[in-house]
Amino acid sequence: MIARAAGSSPTARFALLKRMVWHPSAVIGASIILAFILIAVFAPFIAPFDPNAADWMAIREAPSAAHLFGTDDLGRDILSRVIFGARASLSAGIISVVVAIAVGLPLGIVAGYFGRWPDMLISRFTDALLACPFLIFAIALATFLGPSLENAMIAIGISAMPVFIRLARAQTLVVSAEEYIAAARSQGIGDFAILTQQILPNVLPPIVVQASLTMAIAVLAEASLAFLGLGQLPPAPSWGSMLDVARQFMEEAPWMALFPGLAIILVVVGFNLLGDSLNDILNPRS
Amino acid sequence: MLRLIWQRLAVALPTLVLISMMVFGLQKLLPGDPIIALAGEERSPQAIEYLREKYRFNDPIALQYVHWVADIAQGDFGRSIRTRLPIGDMLAEKLPVTLELAVFSMLFAVVIGVPLGIVAALRRGSLIDFGASLFGLLGLSVPNFWLGIMLILLFSVHLGWLPAGGFVSPATSLLGNLKSLLLPSIVLGAHTAAILMRHTRGAMLVALKQDYVRTARAKGVKGSVIVLRHALPNALIPVVTLGTLQFGELLAGAVLTEQVFGIPGFGKMIVDGVFSRDYAVVQAVVLCTAAIFLLMSLLADVAYVLLNPRMRT
Repeated sequence: MIARAAGSSPTARFALLKRMVWHPSAVIGASIILAFILIAVFAPFIAPFDPNAADWMAIREAPSAAHLFGTDDLGRDILSRVIFGARASLSAGIISVVVAIAVGLPLGIVAGYFGRWPDMLISRFTDALLACPFLIFAIALATFLGPSLENAMIAIGISAMPVFIRLARAQTLVVSAEEYIAAARSQGIGDFAILTQQILPNVLPPIVVQASLTMAIAVLAEASLAFLGLGQLPPAPSWGSMLDVARQFMEEAPWMALFPGLAIILVVVGFNLLGDSLNDILNPRS
Repeated sequence: MLRLIWQRLAVALPTLVLISMMVFGLQKLLPGDPIIALAGEERSPQAIEYLREKYRFNDPIALQYVHWVADIAQGDFGRSIRTRLPIGDMLAEKLPVTLELAVFSMLFAVVIGVPLGIVAALRRGSLIDFGASLFGLLGLSVPNFWLGIMLILLFSVHLGWLPAGGFVSPATSLLGNLKSLLLPSIVLGAHTAAILMRHTRGAMLVALKQDYVRTARAKGVKGSVIVLRHALPNALIPVVTLGTLQFGELLAGAVLTEQVFGIPGFGKMIVDGVFSRDYAVVQAVVLCTAAIFLLMSLLADVAYVLLNPRMRT
C-alpha cells in the first residue's frame, strides 16, 4: 500500500525532499507556514507598535503610512495585532494537533495490533467521539473547561484525536498483515520492539499528511472559538477575537475585519496546500 | 434492507449512549461546586442541603446519570437558567430554523460543487480545472464567519440588496424568508461545496478510466452519453454518501453562521448558552446534534446500498 517507511533511510529522505522541491504547492504551503512561524517567533521585533497600546487620538483610522492596516476601536495598530495574533493561532494549530497525535497514535496502534477487547473499547470510544461534529464538541468542551487559549487547545486536541486513532488503527491493520511482521515475530522479537521499530515508521506517512490537514482545521477552530469568546482572553490579540470586535464596526471600519481574516485564510491555505501535496507525494495511489 | 437498518441501529444506539455519558461527564469538568454557585447569597447549610437533594447531588454518580438520561428520554432536558424556558421547547422551536438553513446550504453546495467537479475532471489541466482547484482550496480555508462579514459588507452595506441579518419566518413572508437565508446559505454552503467539488472531481477521474468507459468509447458511444450514463452514476455514489455525512457537519458550521447573521436557530442557542454559562442548554444541543449526525450516517449507509447495485442482495 504505502512505500515502506518513506523517509526512514538517508537516501529515502533525500529522495523525499527532492520530490517535495519539485512540487510547487508543497513549496508554497511550507513557505507560508514557515513565514508565519517566523512572524510569530520574532513578533516583538517585527511589529511597529505595542499590540496592546491604546491610542485615543487614533481611533478606527483607515490604513495609512503610519498604520498600514489601520487602527481598531481603541486606537491599537492592527498590523501589530495581526503579527502578535499569529502566536495564538499557530500555537493552537500546531500544539493541539501534536496533543491529538500523542494520544491518538498510540491508542490507534494498540487497537490495530492487539485487536480483541482493547480494539473494541478504543473503537467504540472513537465512534462516539466521531459522531459529534468537530466544532460542536470543541465548543462544548471549551465551555465547560472555561475560556482560555490553553483550554481551547485542549478542546481542539481532544476533538481532533479520533481521526488519528482511526487512521493509525487502519494503517496498523494493513502493516500487521505484512510478511516482514510475521518474520519478525518468528524470530522471537517482542511486541514492543515490533510496534516501535516496524509498525510505527510505516504508520507515520498517512499520519503526517493528516496532521497537516488537521492543523488547517485546528487553526480555523481556534479562530472560531476565539470569535465566540472561548479562546485567547483579551487584551492579548487573536485573529478570531479581533473579528468578533470588528463585526460591531463593520460599516465604519471594514479594515478591522479584513486583515485578521486574510491572515487566517493564508495560514489555513498553507497547511492545506502542504497536506494535499504531502498526500500526493507519500500516498501516490490514493 | 431492513436487516441493514437494524444492524446499523444496533451500532448507533450504543454509540449514542456513550456520547450521552461523555456529555453528562462534561459537567464534572466544571471547576468548583455548582451547588455553592447556585445557592448564591443564601449559603445557609439548610439551603445548600436542600439544593443538593433537589438536584440529586447526594446520589452516586451512576444514579445521577440514569436519572438524567431517563428525563431526556421523556423529552425533559431541564430548564434554561437564562430564559427559564424548558429546553425541550426551545429545541423544538430552533431546530426547524437551522434545518431550513442547512437544507438551503446543501442545495447551494450541490448545485455549485457537483457540476464544477464534473467539468474540472472532464477538462483536466485546463484553466477551468485550475479555477475549480482554487475554489476547492479557498472553500476549505476561508472561515465562514469572515466570509459572512465580507458578504454583508458587500451586499447589504454597500449595495443594499439584501438584509444584513435577522430571520423572517416563512409564515410571515415566504419571499422575506428566502431573502433572509440567501447570504447565510451561501456562507454555510461554501465549505461543503468545496468538499463536494473535490470529491466529485476525484471520483469522475477514476470513473473515466474504468474499463466500461473504454468499452463504451470503443463501441462508438457519444461522449456526452458516456459521461452522463456511464461515468457519472458511478462517480456519484461516494459523493452522495459524503454529502449525507456533510449534512451533519453543516449543523456545526451553522453555529458561527447564525451568530454572524443573527439567525435564531440551533447554533445561536448554543452560543447564547455558552455566553451565559447555561450548561444544560449546551449539553442538550450537543446531544441533539450527535443524534442527528448518527441518523445521517445511517442514511448514508442506506443510500450507499440503494445506489450501488453490487451491494444489493
